[in-house]
Amino acid sequence: MVIGLESWTLARPELFLAAVTALLLIYGVVRGEAATVFVSVATSLALLVTAVLLFVPYREGTAFASLFIVDRLTTTMKALVLVGAAITVLMSRAYFEHAKAWRFEYPLLVALATLGMMLMISANDLMALYVGLELQSLALYVVAAFQRDSVRSTEAGVKYFVLGSVASGMLLFGASLIYGFCGGTAFVEISKALIDGRSGEIGTVIGLVFVVAGLAFKVSAVPFHMWTPDVYEGAPTPVTALFAVAPKIAAMSLLVSVLMGPFKPLFAQWQQIIVVASVLSMALGAFAALRQQNIKRLMAYSSIGNVGYILLGLAAGSEKGIQAVVFYLAIYLVMTLGVFATILLMKRRDIMVEGVNDLAGLGRTHPMMAFALLLFMFSLAGIPPLAGFWGKLYIFIAAVEARLYVPAVLGVLASVVASYYYLRIVKVMYFDEPTEALDQPVFGVNRVVAFAAAILVAVFSLAPQPLSVVATAAAKGLFP
Amino acid sequence: MTSWPILSLITFLPLVGALFCLIVNGPKEAVERNCRSVALVTSIVTFLISLLLWARFDATKAGFQFEEKMDWVPALGIGYHMGIDGISLFFVLLSTLLTPICILASWQSVHVRVKEYMIAFLVLETFMVGMFCALDLALFYVFFEGVLIPMFLIIGVWGGPRRVYAAFKFFLYTLLGSVLMLLAIIAIYWQLGTSDLVVAMERLQLPFQWQCYLWLAFFASFAVKVPMWPVHTWLPDAHVEAPTAGSVILAGVLLKMGGYGFLRLSIPLLPEATQYFAPLIFGLSIVAVIYTSLVALVQEDMKKLIAYSSVAHMGFVTIGAFILNIQGVQGSLFQMLSHGIVSAALFLCVGVVYDRMHTREIAAYGGLVHRMPRYAFTFMVFTLASVGLPGLSGFVGEFLVLVGAFKANTWVATLAATGLILGAAYALWLYRKIIFGELTKESLKGILDMNRREIAVFLPLLLLSLWMGVYPASFLDPMAASVDKLVGDYQAAIKLARTAALP
Repeated sequence: MVIGLESWTLARPELFLAAVTALLLIYGVVRGEAATVFVSVATSLALLVTAVLLFVPYREGTAFASLFIVDRLTTTMKALVLVGAAITVLMSRAYFEHAKAWRFEYPLLVALATLGMMLMISANDLMALYVGLELQSLALYVVAAFQRDSVRSTEAGVKYFVLGSVASGMLLFGASLIYGFCGGTAFVEISKALIDGRSGEIGTVIGLVFVVAGLAFKVSAVPFHMWTPDVYEGAPTPVTALFAVAPKIAAMSLLVSVLMGPFKPLFAQWQQIIVVASVLSMALGAFAALRQQNIKRLMAYSSIGNVGYILLGLAAGSEKGIQAVVFYLAIYLVMTLGVFATILLMKRRDIMVEGVNDLAGLGRTHPMMAFALLLFMFSLAGIPPLAGFWGKLYIFIAAVEARLYVPAVLGVLASVVASYYYLRIVKVMYFDEPTEALDQPVFGVNRVVAFAAAILVAVFSLAPQPLSVVATAAAKGLFP
Repeated sequence: MTSWPILSLITFLPLVGALFCLIVNGPKEAVERNCRSVALVTSIVTFLISLLLWARFDATKAGFQFEEKMDWVPALGIGYHMGIDGISLFFVLLSTLLTPICILASWQSVHVRVKEYMIAFLVLETFMVGMFCALDLALFYVFFEGVLIPMFLIIGVWGGPRRVYAAFKFFLYTLLGSVLMLLAIIAIYWQLGTSDLVVAMERLQLPFQWQCYLWLAFFASFAVKVPMWPVHTWLPDAHVEAPTAGSVILAGVLLKMGGYGFLRLSIPLLPEATQYFAPLIFGLSIVAVIYTSLVALVQEDMKKLIAYSSVAHMGFVTIGAFILNIQGVQGSLFQMLSHGIVSAALFLCVGVVYDRMHTREIAAYGGLVHRMPRYAFTFMVFTLASVGLPGLSGFVGEFLVLVGAFKANTWVATLAATGLILGAAYALWLYRKIIFGELTKESLKGILDMNRREIAVFLPLLLLSLWMGVYPASFLDPMAASVDKLVGDYQAAIKLARTAALP
């Protein structure tokens, strides 16, 4: 098989990232610990440059014998993932330096995971999908346990690894069933087989269920969410920030392209699964978070809830639904990075704290930080006019148009329950008396990120239109 | 017509003031002084500009005036569409009037986090005014819900001892009702492909069953806001715990959002369901009028008593709105305005003595007339206005509602009228306990009468209440055309549905 030049140009961003990562790895090995700062900054830059390469020049098409696809949707999702990863790498430095665990392998592992995510997003074949997924997961398992002398971090890593492997296994099993019944692993072949009706329905459906289960694990949708709170709490905070954004977006994109692509003919079957997972995620995300005292754990449940809303957009199965998914993910990225940047600023006597009650009286001691967190919380709760509201509105419009009335009603009710715990953070910050004040944050990346995220939330609140244009264009990738 | 966007100006001018407050920096004293002045000046200027609306309002037109229309989120069919008619005109004025009064009333009583307080009030004003001007369903929802954020903070940060409980109850209660309205709005948007309210009023045709679902969704939101019995329980808590100015806005404007919502959305958009559910509204309203009046009789906390009286007065509003004849709707609107002025003033009256004695217990007072004659006079005027004494604002609204109700259904009118008697009982009882009797309590012997600032707070409200009572035509005339249209359209829709139902 001859691989034409066109294939290489389509995969240009991935190739660039892989090459830079390899070079930086060599550099790091040669220079040792001294290289850490340079490698981390260079990695972030490389991730951002990769994001630029996605668009300059912009190309569409399939490559490598249809293993790899590039369209508006994949490009947009990749851009979100790359931005999320680049920023979390920058956010990590202060934390790890403080924990005396700042090594050059960390940014490189993140870069490799990001590469895996990009392959996942662009996968056009079950094999390519699996390879991308595993590249991402293996790197992330290590990253979760990166603070290796901390029991919590290693526990998180092991948990993530064991449960993640189970999920990968399920996915692989499902893929093999689909291969057996459809006679191919390429999305095009599967799609053709399903449209022609050549596939033995039931076997394909079972295979599909396993694949969806494997992917649901990656996006931490109920009932495959169990790892999320423990891993979020145990992993080093910047790693949690990464987990909350990049792999979520990548896996969600994969779920969208698998279900809306080759398995579109089985819409009636997978819609039920997604609706149930969505409703359960929204409900669990709302109720389980009510009594959490650890803010990272709380954010874990919050992310489960958010995934529930995103899945509702997917369950609509319409162009508007996919627009809503992209729109929501972009806003979710900004809000989540902002919240985690704020969490990373929470220090008392130079020790990181992460209890909700540690925020007591923040409104008086740190007015700007508290105000930013207030914006994020009301936005996550979906209170208008803040950005999160537009995301939810988009999702619910799509759901109502797809006649998913009951899930939509349950969704809005869950959002009311969820607003309680977001409000609780506001309450702790503004209504409670300050106990011992947190340290004044020093100027650094996290302050910049928190500030920028707050500004972006404000901008999206007033002018959601540009983002919806992006989302509309992205959804065109699936609905040409 | 004006060429410049006067409604947007009124809506967003307070935000400019809030931004000013945000960037004010320096020593604490100076910041507080500057923030107070900035907030007061901004809100007064806003009020003065809003008076232009009244001056330039064309009372002969039934449709929307001062319209502004722009695309906002075209991908979702959401536009920025503002405009007012006779129904919303006075609510805008009420909001812009009460905000400077609130700021003036909190001049001394609020001394912690003054900057944030002023910002919260100015943001709140933006949302309130915007809500009454919005002619796009999504825009309406944004403003309607946005109000919750500053109000939550006002109750929670500057409130009384149980403020956290009250703030959460207020927020979650209202949010729960509102999210259902959001779904109803989405459903309408889905039908029409746009969320523009004017288009919806002209074109929305829904089967009866769907009208009922949507009506109930709107009802969930507005009934909580009004509040109607039995979803009124957040109100006494919120009022008792909120700072004085918070109570004023809550009673003066926020409750009106519910009544306004019924008149603006439920009735014109869903006429058949409105007719179908009107008896439900009457039943709940009558219970509200009688039951909450009785509850008010046994209250020991002044603010709680007034809070319950608000529920009873709003019962008249909902009766009037759903009677759907000209008198009923006009009475309902007038009653809302009058209640906006009178209950706001009553809460301010409570605030005056609360600032001095730091208690709201009725038993802690008595014989204030001997030390505070000006206060006694003010309180008396507003008590009587609340009771519905002819010549003061309360009378006109209640009278019109009862006339309207009598034409439609004598039972509703009769039962609602008992509310007037009970209302007189609790209001006069409250007044006697606090103002009359011997001044025996030691702590009250040194109490001072109202100062100049407080007189400035009350004077506009007092004059307005008198004006509304003596010459209601200045207020009823601008409303008339729009109310005629509302009632006419409603009756035409019902007639159409009837003929369509015939074989």
